[in-house]
Amino acid sequence: MQKLNSFSAGVRDGVSIGLGYLSVSFAFGIMGVGSGLSILEVVMVSMMNVTSAGQLAALPILASLGSVIELILTQVVINARYALMSISLSQRLAPDVGTKERMLVGFVNTDEVFAVATGKGMMLGKMYLFGLIIPPFIGWTMGTLLGAVLGNVLPVILTNALGIALYAMFIAIVIPEGRSDRRTAFCILVSAALSCAFFFVPILKRIPSGFTVIIIAVAVSAFFAALYPIKEEEVTGDA
Amino acid sequence: MPDMKFLFLLFSMALVTYLIRAVPLVFIKKQIKSRFIRSFLYYVPYSVLTVMTFPAVFYSTGHLSSAVAGVAVALVLSYFRKPLLPVAASAAGAVFLVELAILYI
Repeated sequence: MQKLNSFSAGVRDGVSIGLGYLSVSFAFGIMGVGSGLSILEVVMVSMMNVTSAGQLAALPILASLGSVIELILTQVVINARYALMSISLSQRLAPDVGTKERMLVGFVNTDEVFAVATGKGMMLGKMYLFGLIIPPFIGWTMGTLLGAVLGNVLPVILTNALGIALYAMFIAIVIPEGRSDRRTAFCILVSAALSCAFFFVPILKRIPSGFTVIIIAVAVSAFFAALYPIKEEEVTGDA
Repeated sequence: MPDMKFLFLLFSMALVTYLIRAVPLVFIKKQIKSRFIRSFLYYVPYSVLTVMTFPAVFYSTGHLSSAVAGVAVALVLSYFRKPLLPVAASAAGAVFLVELAILYI
């Protein structure tokens, strides 16, 4: 497998993510201040967690100074998918990525960073990874600050439009691979169908969305791994 | 200065989130040999991202119709292998235009 270790290539990929984050964290900043936190507190939440869904779920508990047990359980459920992503990403790290670098990358291994990193289909060196994680962290922090300070200055129609940006990025990662590999296309279709089922079917939709992601991803990936195992040279992603 | 209880909650939350992400990265240093697990890990990203996108993307804007337009644009452009940022920007542009139309028609 080829190795990618260019800092500037990392920054280029990271800037796309960071720009997408501006809108999402802007919305988080508005909501954080709205729920009663100070600007400093909202920005601290973003800088220390760097996770959209988890932070959103934590807001009411933080604002009411609620139960730490409830807070931790919420985070475990919503963020457990990151463990799966980190296991997957661990297989793409070049030998020069040591323990210290892994501890740093782990801090900003968000859905989007993971998606872009694994979507490269190459072994990733530490310079590329540093470049990749810096812009998202800055974008996430700055967006939160701007949202908290500026509040509802932006017209709703603009924030609505920005709301789709990160999802569109996920689509841009998944679809090209589905186009070149029929098994992956099938895996994508089954995942989408199950996800809709868990969203709309009365009993299934009571399951928290953090669990839904894990249940479906593990079941579907195991099913496809058993039925359509990838050939050794294909697992690397550059087939 | 933030309240002590707030800081305690915030540190607990950040620690849990960090450990979930960093522990697998730090401790899994070898290439996994099992063909099943390697295949499993190959499928995981595509499944995870798809589940997170559908159907949530249809509720990510102000109107279902603008979201549908945004998704359509994203699907077509990504099918032709356009890079991430142009796809995201075009989808947001499509949403903006549809919502503008809804507002003034």
